[in-house]
Amino acid sequence: MAVSDTAVISTRASNTARAGIALMLAALAIAPFVGLYPVFLMKALCFALFACAFNLLLGFGGLLSFGHAMFLGTAGYVSAHAAKVWGLPFELAVLSGTAAAAALGTLVGALAIRRQGIYFAMITLAIAQMMFFFYLQTPFTHGEDGIQSVPRGRLFGVFDLSSTLTMYYVVLVIFALAFLLIYRVVHSPFGQVLKAIRENEPRAISLGYDADRYKLLRFILSATLAGLAGATKSIVFQLASLTDVHWTMSGEVVLMTLLGGMGTIFGPVVGAFIIIGLESYLSDLGEWVTVITGVIFVVCVLAFRRGIIGELSAWWSKHTG
Amino acid sequence: MQALFGQLLVGLINGAFYAMLSLGLAVIFGLLNIINFTHGAQYMMGAFCAWFLLTKVGVGYWWSLLIAPIVVGAFGMLIERTMLARLYKLDHLYGLLLTFGLALIIQGLFRNEFGSSGMPYQIPTQLAGGLDLGFIFLPKYRAWVIVASLAICFSTWYVIERTKLGSYLRAATENPALVQAFGINVPRMITLTFGFGVGLAALAGVMAAPIYQVNPLMGADMIIVVFAVVVIGGMGSIMGAILTGFGLGIVEGLTKYFYAEASNTVIFVIMVIVLLIKPAGLFGRER
Repeated sequence: MAVSDTAVISTRASNTARAGIALMLAALAIAPFVGLYPVFLMKALCFALFACAFNLLLGFGGLLSFGHAMFLGTAGYVSAHAAKVWGLPFELAVLSGTAAAAALGTLVGALAIRRQGIYFAMITLAIAQMMFFFYLQTPFTHGEDGIQSVPRGRLFGVFDLSSTLTMYYVVLVIFALAFLLIYRVVHSPFGQVLKAIRENEPRAISLGYDADRYKLLRFILSATLAGLAGATKSIVFQLASLTDVHWTMSGEVVLMTLLGGMGTIFGPVVGAFIIIGLESYLSDLGEWVTVITGVIFVVCVLAFRRGIIGELSAWWSKHTG
Repeated sequence: MQALFGQLLVGLINGAFYAMLSLGLAVIFGLLNIINFTHGAQYMMGAFCAWFLLTKVGVGYWWSLLIAPIVVGAFGMLIERTMLARLYKLDHLYGLLLTFGLALIIQGLFRNEFGSSGMPYQIPTQLAGGLDLGFIFLPKYRAWVIVASLAICFSTWYVIERTKLGSYLRAATENPALVQAFGINVPRMITLTFGFGVGLAALAGVMAAPIYQVNPLMGADMIIVVFAVVVIGGMGSIMGAILTGFGLGIVEGLTKYFYAEASNTVIFVIMVIVLLIKPAGLFGRER
């Protein structure tokens, strides 16, 4: 998929990217003190991480998964259950949820990479729907109610996470680590091989790369990080529910990535903040949110395929030569 | 025994809808290389069109069978001309994303207007009642749906696989540039094919209206099952889409009888198994 040539990074651009990352993390660190609600920021950061994980697959790999909600939701359910029923502390609860997403990602990935393009999208969607029905029927998820009032507990037994600000910085650290990991992976030799496979799979294979293994590893990584987002989200908001495994959630993450810019480092973060902001502003409009979401999809696809960051960086490189 | 045949009948009915919907998807995919995510929404629009004609205009079921597919099909052609046509040179995934967005818009608008509760649609008087066959009580309307959908499916198959018009269509699927060079207006053919596929979805919607409630979300979950059906069958063949649709409906019905908890998921499980054994699908070929 010729998603974006902006993923081609020269040395100068990578310096810009590094400065951008530092700037973004600094801005997020002071954000609660300049009037942004920590609860909103935490939600946006969880979704930003989810979208970055998704982008690893679509933007940097050309594989459109239409079922990524299953990793978000699975990790959410497992961590919520671990924290509430097993009484695990925060870090172990998040870890167990993330591990569950990784395990599911291994199984689903092994199946889904057997087909490409449109089939890949349909297969992931169908498997995610199967997981939705599983979580709807299995007792530990409590069906429509979800797992409610999950305790946040203490981080390493020391930091009390019931304080919103402490929780916020924990979420920020998780996001920052995952974001840097993604940045590192994309620019590592491993990431270059993935790019080669996206651009020309037969040639990558003829050069001796086991394309399927690389694709599977990337799928697992993407699923695991999506799981990390879901695990964190369920404990921060003390709720794991069916919303997080529904196909609309899978669509939402596609939208965030598309709007922000597929295949760009910052795009998914920007997209997630815009969509979450939009949803909290428009929350009294009810069903109109669906319509607006659909309109953004259509506008992006028809007129705006590089997304906000993609268009901006194209404009930037045109004007600076 | 009665219950088993009852579930088999339900399965056949569901299978009839799976077959008609996956047939439309396959026809559209064959020529446009686009997976039409609005297919479920258009199926829903067909049902609403019939409901609207009956309650607001007073036009009955039989005319709806003709009018709804034309109206919804025309709507589909409008979308194809104004939006999808701009995407043909791009990656096919953009078509999927566009139609997904359109499906959200359509379903959102209908939910704003009609809420999410279903509305009943009367079975036409000619088909009310049923036949007692001894081993099963067969409602006439359900028998009609099975017979009519079989007829629709097989005539579509006949037109595409056995007529001159169908041969143009298949040729354009293989090599549109060459067919264009022979003086056939390929863009118009693409538009009409899309309209036909969408019309087929709307027709299924009209036929579904008296069985299921007419509801803005009736197509949303349906379309995901139909995607699984399409993956199982493989999109290479028209006949494959028909047989897989009916077959999986029956399997689903049987599952309801033998192990009801799995009836929601059985089609997806079959999809996983088929992917493990024959990734291209039962009737598909790699392309």
